[in-house]
Order: sequence, then C-alpha cells, then structure tokens
Amino acid sequence: MTTMIISHLFLQNYWWVIVSLLASLLVFLMFVQGGQSLIFTLPGNDMQKTMLINAIGRKWDLTFTTLVTFGGAFFASFPLFYATSFGGAYWVWIAILFSFILQAVAYEFRSKPNNVFGQKTFDLFLFLNGALGPLLIGTAVATFFTGSQFSLDSMRSVKWANSWYGLEAVLDVRNLALGLAVFFLARINGLLYIINTIDDEDLKQRSVSRLLLNSIFFLVPFLFFVISILLSQGFAADPATGNISMEKYKYLHNLIQMPLVLVIFLAGVAGVLYGLFIALFKKSNYGVWFTSPGTVLAVFAVFMLAGFNGTSFYPSASDLQSSLTIRNASSSEFTLKTMMFVSFLVPFVLAYIWYAWKSINNKKITSEEMNSGEHKY
Amino acid sequence: MTENIDWTLLDWSRAQFALTAIYHWLFVPLTLGLSFLVAIMETIYVRTGNEEWRRITRFWMTLFGINFAIGVATGIILEFEFGTNWSNYSWFVGDIFGAPLAIEGIVAFFIESTFIAVMFFGWNKVNSKFHLVSTWLVAIGSNLSALWILVANGWMQNPVGMAFNPEMARNEMVSFWAVLFNQVSVDKFLHTLSSSYLLASMFVMGISSWFLIKKMEEYKAKRSLLVASVFGLLASLMTAYTGDESAREISKVQPVKFAAMEALAKGKTNAGLIAFGVLKESENKIGETPLKEFAFKIELPSLLSILTSGDKNAFVPGISDLLHGNQTYNLLSFNDKKERGEVARKALFMYKDAVKTRNIEQRDSIKALFSSKSFQENYFRYFGYASIENAEDIIPEVSGTFYSFHLMVMLGFAFVLLFVIALFYLFRGTIDQNRWFLWLCLFAIPLPYIASELGWIVAELGRQPWIIQDLMPVSKAVTNIGPGSVIATFFIFAFLFTGLLIAEISIMVKQIKTGPKH
Repeated sequence: MTTMIISHLFLQNYWWVIVSLLASLLVFLMFVQGGQSLIFTLPGNDMQKTMLINAIGRKWDLTFTTLVTFGGAFFASFPLFYATSFGGAYWVWIAILFSFILQAVAYEFRSKPNNVFGQKTFDLFLFLNGALGPLLIGTAVATFFTGSQFSLDSMRSVKWANSWYGLEAVLDVRNLALGLAVFFLARINGLLYIINTIDDEDLKQRSVSRLLLNSIFFLVPFLFFVISILLSQGFAADPATGNISMEKYKYLHNLIQMPLVLVIFLAGVAGVLYGLFIALFKKSNYGVWFTSPGTVLAVFAVFMLAGFNGTSFYPSASDLQSSLTIRNASSSEFTLKTMMFVSFLVPFVLAYIWYAWKSINNKKITSEEMNSGEHKY
Repeated sequence: MTENIDWTLLDWSRAQFALTAIYHWLFVPLTLGLSFLVAIMETIYVRTGNEEWRRITRFWMTLFGINFAIGVATGIILEFEFGTNWSNYSWFVGDIFGAPLAIEGIVAFFIESTFIAVMFFGWNKVNSKFHLVSTWLVAIGSNLSALWILVANGWMQNPVGMAFNPEMARNEMVSFWAVLFNQVSVDKFLHTLSSSYLLASMFVMGISSWFLIKKMEEYKAKRSLLVASVFGLLASLMTAYTGDESAREISKVQPVKFAAMEALAKGKTNAGLIAFGVLKESENKIGETPLKEFAFKIELPSLLSILTSGDKNAFVPGISDLLHGNQTYNLLSFNDKKERGEVARKALFMYKDAVKTRNIEQRDSIKALFSSKSFQENYFRYFGYASIENAEDIIPEVSGTFYSFHLMVMLGFAFVLLFVIALFYLFRGTIDQNRWFLWLCLFAIPLPYIASELGWIVAELGRQPWIIQDLMPVSKAVTNIGPGSVIATFFIFAFLFTGLLIAEISIMVKQIKTGPKH
C-alpha cells in the first residue's frame, strides 16, 4: 500500500505547506488592497487616480480568487479550523468578507454611468476594502500565535467564550501590530507596483515620497510583533499525546530548531528591505521585484512557525486542550491524498497566470491608454 | 438533542443562507450562459474578420462584465458561510465537502480570473487568437466552477462515497470518483448548465428585440437574435431532458422530496402526472400536520409511474407511505428509521465511553462495526433520524415545493415555444414585422430567472429538514452563536445586496440604451 510511502503525517505537513503558500501569495497580492488604500491621497489629479485604479484593478480578481482558494483549501485540508474559526470568530470573518464584497463590484461599477450611488461611494468601497482587508486578515493571523477564546465539545462543536465573536482580537496589541504591519506592507507593495507599471513621472515621484513613511509604519509594528512573539509563551503540542501546554519562548525555539525556516524568514525580510532600499535610494522602478518574493517568503516562514515543530496553529487561550494542530484538525488521509493530486496542478496554474500577466503588463499604463476608449475601470 | 434547538438562531441562519444564495443565483446563470454566447460571437468575428461582429461581441461582453462583478461579490459569502453559519456541518462532512470547494478554486476560479483580465484589457495587447482562447477559457472556467459547487450540493442531497469515522466524529471520503460521478450531481450539473444557457439566450433575445422595436442597431440585433435563438432552443430542449432525468433520480434517492414535488399524499400505482393543480388541506393528518390534497387538478393518467419507472403499473410512494412505511413495497417507516438511527448514535456514544474508560477491546470492535458495510447501509445511513422527534418533522413544505416545481416546468415548456417561434420568424425574415413577438421577448427576460430560482427552491425546500439527506438535519448543523449576530448579518447582507442589485440593473439598462458604440 502507498500508505507506507505517503503517510498521513506527511500529507498533513504537505497541506500545511500548501495552505501557507496560498496565504503568503495572498499577502503579496494584497498590494491591490494597499493601492486601494491610497486612492484618495496619492494621486495628484483625476488622470493619475484613473491610472492608479486601472493598474491595480486589473489584478483585483486574482487577489480575490486567491482568498477564495485559500478558504477552500483550508476547508478541504483542515476542516476543523474552517468550522472553528469561521463559526467562532464570526464577526471578524464577516467583516473581512463584507469588505471584499464591496471591492468586487466597485471596480466595474465606479465609472459606469447611472451607477446610482456615484463614483465617490464606490471609491470609498475600494478604500474600505483596502484598509479593512489587510488589517483584519493580519489581526486574524496573529491569533495563530496569541490564541482565541473558544472551546470544542466531544462532537467538535465550537463555542465562543464571549459575544464579540472574534472582534475582541483587536484589543490585543500584538494582534493589532500584525494587522498594521500587513496593512502597511500592502501599501508598500502597492506603491512599488504603481512605480513599476504606470508610466507617469509625477505619480512615480509621489509614490516614492510616500514610501519612507509607510516603510517605517510597517517596520515598527512588524518588529514589535516578531519580537514579542519570540519572547512570549507559545502553545506547544506534545507529538505523542497531542496534549497542549504553554511553553516559554516556544516560537523562538521553533525558529532555532527549524533553521531552514529561519533562513527563509531572513531571506524574506532581506528581500523586502532591499526592494525598499533600491526604490528609495536608487530610484529604481524594480523594487517590487524584490519586495514581492520577500513578502511571500516572510509570510511563509511565519506560517511554518505557527504550525510545525509540535505547535498548535490555532490555539485556544480559554480552553487549552481545544487548541487545533495540523494533526487533530486535518482531513482524512484519503482526502489529503486525493487533494495532493489536485495540488499538482498548482505549478500549471502559476505558469498560465504568469503568462497572462506578462501579456497584459508588457506595456506600461499611460494616460493615452486611459483616453483610448478601451475598457477601463 | 432536538430539545436544545434554538429556533430563532436556526430560522435566521437558514434565512441568511437562502437570501445570499438567491441573490447569488440572480447573476450566476447569466455568467454561465453569456460567457459561451460571447465566445461564440467572438469566434465568428475572428473567423470572418467582420468588424460588426467585433462590436457585437464587445457589447455583450460589457454586459457580461457588469453581471460578473456582482456575481463574484455575492458568491464569496456563500463559500465562507458554510464555516460561519454551519460550522457543525463543516466538521461533520468537511472531509468530503471541502475538497470540491478547494478544487473549484484551484481548477476553475483561477482560469476565470486570469483570463477575464485578458478578455477585457487585452484587445490591443495580445493577438486575436490568444484573445479568443482567453474568452473561451473564461467560459470554460466559469462553467467548471459550477461543476464543483454542484458536486458539493449533489453530495448533500445524496451522500455517497464516504464512511463514518467514530474517532473523529465525522464522515470521511472513501471514493473521490463516487462523489464526482454521483448521479444526482451529474444530473444537477447538466440541468443547471442547460437552464443557464437558456436564461442567457432569453436575455440576449429580449434585449435584441428591444433594439428592433426601437429600430436601432438592427443588423447587430438580428445577428444576436440568431445566435441566441439557436443556442436557446438547443439549451431549452436539453433543459427539459435533464430535468426529466433529475426528477427520476430524485424519486429514487429523495422520495419524500419527490412526493412533495407532486403533492402525492398517498402512494399509488398508475400514478398520474399533475399538469396543473391547486392544493388544499386534507383531513388526514400526520401528528398535528395535515396532509395536502387537490382542490382541483388536471392529470395525465399513469404518466408519473411511467416517468419514474418506465412501467405504468409501478408504485409511486406518497408522503404517508414514506412516514408510516409500506410492507408491500418494502418501505421503512419513520419509526423504523429512527430506531436504526438511534442504534448508530448509541454505538457512537459507546465508542466515546470506551475511549474515555480506555476499554480498547470495545473501542476497536465498535470502530470495526462502523466500517462494516451492512452497519453503514442498515443503520448509519439513518443516523440523522435519531435527532428528529416526530414523523411529521421530516415532511418538507409541500405547497411551496409543489407550486415551485410546477411553475418551473410550465415556464420551461413555454421557453421552447418562444425559441421555436423566434427561429421561424428569423428564417422567414419577418421578425421585425411581428412587433408583438418582440415585445413578448422583452418582457419574457425575467421569466427564466424566476424559473431558475424556483428550481433551487424545489431542490432546497424539498429536502428539508435535511442538510445532508438522512444523516444530518439543519438543526444539528447550525453554528452555535447568538441569534442577534445572525439577525444583524442577515440585514447587513439584505441591504447591501439589494443596493448593489439596484445599481447593477441601473448600469445595465444604461449600457443597453447606449448600445454597441465601439
């Protein structure tokens, strides 16, 4: 039997890697949200605003699809997380989804005549999604390290310990710090993407001038989150019994005990910093080429820290033994294996996305194109 | 178990799902159908090089884009709602149900979202062949996404390819192919697609008729009409055929739903097919619930027996046979099923006790029991009945199911006729002289929408109280949160979606009035 070769254990790890990869791609693709959060302040005139919205808007669907696929893949591979987190932290997820609903119509409707609510309203929708999406997703991911307020009964039915249903997460300063870090990272990537794809010198200057402040606003909460997590207690899962206990410096131990993750994390951070450096000080248009893989690597490493090395990836702070690990929350071996075959399509998917992306982005966005009468947002 | 149901929570959770699903479904069928119509039109453009066809294609593509955006917006909530509002369900069957949702994302949504950007923004950036391929890929991607979500829905109606694992307290997939090729899912997929093509064809036909009425863009309107009426006629015939297949399958796997669709209180041989009927309450009751009978009906004799089993002497069970049981036809009663379900539930409790007391022998023997085929087929398959108190609780809302079904079927036949007439006039070249028909086509645009929503009402209302047929009632599936939160989100979505719908229709009407200007 293949069971001997591909064990349940292996498949659980494999799927944690896939889910983490989707999450990392999602955070990088949230440059779309980052760009949306800049539409009221960055452009100097209407044409710049139109170009900005069209530059990022052509990718909105990709970010959105990545979010949906992330949800689907998490459901398929770790259904107990899906049931527990979505059912329990109800208001956080509803707020995230709400903002993405606003986004999905805003691009297509904003400049169409007779759109009832007016362009300003749809632009506000874009801004709301741009601000709330990254902030709340970052906050939700931080609870992977800080814990949530739930318990599970013998039928694995979730009960949330308070009636805030997840919104209480923003009261923990560490959660908020990661939320802010993701928000400003999205803005950084948004600015660098604009610099890279729009052919407008003034808009480029404006973007570069915003970069430094956004970088500082990213780095401060990011470092605060990382340091506070590495120095705090973590949720350790005994590999033999599945018993959960608090362990001092758990995430620091994870980082030391998984040197590959440390390398990935440092490479990611270095990529982001280098991208920022060349954009800020070398006037390069190609900063995004370094910050995007940097973002993917750093987020990937964060997920590795949360789930691997005998760690609970979705811990309960109110009922420790209800905490979810990649062992107790996963799908069956059969399902994970079936899904593994499906996941072999992912490189193919990435390849055609790359090809289509290149074919659309091979020309920079110009004001002439915006005036040409072609389809635009 | 049933004693703890919070009905306020359950009703609002169901209402929210119904609301979001109904809104989402206002946009999906047009996306499914129009994407193919646009692809066909662009193919004609690329083959002929005729600029008129390019303008026709771009006009319909603009309408497609407006509709697509709001379809995406209303769709995201549905995927996550399984988790937010039906979390017990998500765990109980997530091992099976999650997979199609993930595959939908990986296989279908990425094709759609990647190539839609090429389709809209690539006209002057890629060559015409690549553009055409992209348009086709958008159509294929959107239709593939329908496949996977319908596989998931079909599985809820007819759970196959899985086994219960007492250790995890959930069902686990044992055969992916059984889930994928579930007959209910296959029928559902084909019926949904063909009816969506029908809807999109009526949409194109209605709007093209309006152009002819206004004597605008007549060349483009007639060409659009031709494509739509050919595509629509084929689709409407396919819809009728697949609908018939679906109903036959339902009669086998969801006999109570089938009896409700036909309002058949008492089973019979030589059962007639109701062409038209009006229901009233009958004197016969099950528990406190009165059954329905006909105040008036037009019936085609024996046809129901023939359609379900190919034999006019075949017995079609009614609701009372399915609740009280019928020995002649080997039908278990509700009480029999409840007893069997309770055996399965008790076995699960004993398993949990054995785990707690570390009684390894008992634990292993019960685990073996759950994996035995005869226990699965004779006991576990009625697991959900253990959570249901009274026989009448498994009767769906008969009037709603019956009228929805019959109105849908009537509309379905009317559409065939409309497409035939359209083709007749088109080939005789007299379509613009028959203004009554053009007006009819225009005002018929909402009808396929109504028929399509009614189809879903039959499918979902008719299977109540089950979220998974015979295994889990909705009351056991709902997330245990404060009803106030669900009421709040219900109204948030109701206002938001209604507002967006108004904007969508307003934009659409404006774009249509502007016409194909490119």
